[in-house]
Amino acid sequence: MITNGKFGKYGGIFVPELLIPALEELEAAFLKYKDDKKFNEELDYYLKEFAGRPTALYYAKNLSEKLGCKIYLKREDMLHTGAHKINNTLGQGLLAKYMGKKRIIAETGAGQHGIATAVVGSLLGIPVEVYMGLEDVERQKLNVFRMELSGANVLPVENGSRTLKDAINDAFRDWVASVDTTHYLIGSTMGPHPYPTMVKHFQSVIGRETREEILQKEGKLPDTVIACVGGGSNSMGIFSGFMDDKEVELIGVEGGGDGVDTDRTGATLCKGTEGILHGSFSFVLQNYDGQIAEAHSVSAGLDYPGVGPEHAYLKVTGRAKYDAVTNKEALEAFEMLSKYEGIIPALESSHAVAYAVKYANIPENKGKTIVINLSGRGDKDMFLAAREMGVKV
Amino acid sequence: MRQGAMEVESYDEMLQRVKDKKEGAFIPFIVAGDPDFETSLEIVKTYVENGADALEIGFAFSDPVADGPTVQAADIRALNAEMTTEKGFKFISKIREFTSIPIGLLVYYNLIYKMGIDRFYQIAKEMGVNAILAADLPPEEAQDAVAASEKYGVQQIFMVAQTTSNERLTKISQICSGFLYVVAVMGVTGARKDLKLSTVELVERVKSHSNLPIVVGFGISKPEHVQNVINSGSDGAIVASAILNLITENLQDKKMMLDKISAFCHDLKAATQK
Repeated sequence: MITNGKFGKYGGIFVPELLIPALEELEAAFLKYKDDKKFNEELDYYLKEFAGRPTALYYAKNLSEKLGCKIYLKREDMLHTGAHKINNTLGQGLLAKYMGKKRIIAETGAGQHGIATAVVGSLLGIPVEVYMGLEDVERQKLNVFRMELSGANVLPVENGSRTLKDAINDAFRDWVASVDTTHYLIGSTMGPHPYPTMVKHFQSVIGRETREEILQKEGKLPDTVIACVGGGSNSMGIFSGFMDDKEVELIGVEGGGDGVDTDRTGATLCKGTEGILHGSFSFVLQNYDGQIAEAHSVSAGLDYPGVGPEHAYLKVTGRAKYDAVTNKEALEAFEMLSKYEGIIPALESSHAVAYAVKYANIPENKGKTIVINLSGRGDKDMFLAAREMGVKV
Repeated sequence: MRQGAMEVESYDEMLQRVKDKKEGAFIPFIVAGDPDFETSLEIVKTYVENGADALEIGFAFSDPVADGPTVQAADIRALNAEMTTEKGFKFISKIREFTSIPIGLLVYYNLIYKMGIDRFYQIAKEMGVNAILAADLPPEEAQDAVAASEKYGVQQIFMVAQTTSNERLTKISQICSGFLYVVAVMGVTGARKDLKLSTVELVERVKSHSNLPIVVGFGISKPEHVQNVINSGSDGAIVASAILNLITENLQDKKMMLDKISAFCHDLKAATQK
C-alpha cells in the first residue's frame, strides 16, 4: 500500500492475504483518478445530470420557529434513488470502469446502497450483484424488486444472522475469489483501507456544498452540524466540509434502538469497544471474547455493529461528539418533520432530526444555527412507519 | 501431569520425522468445541490415532470472512455449544494430555486483540500451542503480534496466495516462522472437486523465494489432492472442510461420525507417501 490508511490508531487493512493485491490495486487507482481532470469531469457530469446535484440547503422555517433556532436541512433526500448513497456509488462505479472491472458486487442492508449501486451499474453498463441477508430480502421485497428492475442480481445470504453484517461477509468471500475481474463497491466509510478514505472522498461533496451554501445564506459558518451515523458515510461527507473549522460543533447520532442501556441497540460508538471487524480497527459491538454482537435499530441503515474508523478517531480526539436517540424518538421526529415541513425523512435521517430537537431545547443552544444532514427520504420506510404508528395501509 | 508440561514437538522436528519416512505431513483441522467440547476432543483423538502429524485448531468467530459455509457452520455450532476463548485454551490443554505433535491455532485477530495480544500469546504458550495464524492479519498490521510471538516463543504463521507477488513473498517469509501457509485456491475455505494445476506452480514459486517449510491448505478435499500437493514439493497438507463435512453429515450418530473420520484420515495420511 502507498499510504497506511490510519486515522490515529484506527483503520488499517485487516483482511486475508488474498485481498491485499486487490486493495493495493484499488488504492493506486483511487490515488491516480481522484485528482484526474477527465475522471472528475465525468463524475461531476453524472452527479449533476444523473443524480441531481447540487442539493439545496433548505431553511426549515416552521421547525426553526418552533425550536427557537435556525435549522437548515441539507437535502440529500432529493437525490436520485432517494439518499446520499448515490454520491459514492457513482464515484466508485466510475472508478471500477476506469480500472476495467467487468463486474461490481455490493452489500446492502435495507436495499438503499444496493439500489444506488444497481442504477450505476445500468448507467455504466457493468453487471451488478448485490448480497443481501435473507431476513432483509424478506423484509424489503420492494427494494429487491427495484434492484432487479435496474438489472442487478440479488443474492440472498443465508449465513449467520442473515442481515447486513453477513451480507458484507459474503461479499468479501466473493471478492476473495473474484478480485481479478470484480470491484467490491462498499457503501460506507468502513472496511479496509482505502475504503474509509475513498468513500469519504466521494461523499465530501456534501460538506463542500453545505459550506458554500451556508456562507451564502448566513454569511457565516453554522454553530452545529448534525448527522446520523451507521457506517458513517453521510456524516463523514458533511463533517468533512467543516473539519478544520474548530468552532463548528460536529455531532454524530447513532441508532439507539430500544436504548443504549439495552441489548437491542446499534450505538456502536456510544456503547461499543475497540475491535476489528470487516477489515478495520474501530469501535464494535462485541462480547467479552470479541464475538461480534447483533445490532438493532428501527432504521436498517443504522443497524450495524461496526462503525467507520475515522469516526472512532474523531470521537477519541474530541473533534466530533457522538450520541444516540432511540427508535421511539426517531419515529417522533419522522412524524414531526413530515408535519411541520412537509418533508418525510428516512428513518436514518430522522435520528439526526430527533437529536436536533433535543439539542435545540437546551436553553444555551437557543438561537444557534444548526445544519442537519437530511441524508435520505422516507419513501422506503412507509410500511414500517405505518406499522409502528399503528396505522393500516 | 501439569497443563502444558508435556514435551512439545516442534514443526521442524515433526517435518524431519515425516521426511525421514519419505512422507509429507498430514494436518487435519477442527474448530475447538465443534459440535461440542467432548465430541470435538474425541475427533481430535481420532485424528491423532489415524496419522495426523500436526493439528490445526480453529477458535470459532462470529464473522469468519476467510472461511466458506462449512467452517462457518462449524463456528456457529461451537459458539452455540458456548465455546469461549478461555474454553478454547482449555481444549488445547486437554489435547496436550494425549499428544505432543505440533498444534497451530487458526483465529481471527479480534479474538487475540480482545483478550490482549500479550496475554493471548502467553496463555497459548502455556497451554502448548506451537504456532498462531490470524486469518485477517496481514504482515502490515502484525507488528504487535510478531513481537508477542517472539517474546513467548510461539511461532507466527502467515498465509501466501496466488495473488501474492514475489516481492511480497520474500517480505512475508522474513517475518514468518514455523511454516508458510500456502492458500491453494482463489477463494475461501471449502471442499472442492478439483485442485488446479496452478497450485503446483504456486508451490514451486514459493519454494524458489523462501527457505521456510511450506504447507498447503484451502480446498484440499481428497487423498489425491493430498498426493498432488505433496508431490509438488509441499511439506504438508491441511485438510479442513472435507473432514468437517463428515461432522455436519453425522451429527445424529456420533459413532458413525468418528468411524467415517477415522477411515478418511487414514486414507488422507496414506496419500502423503512420496
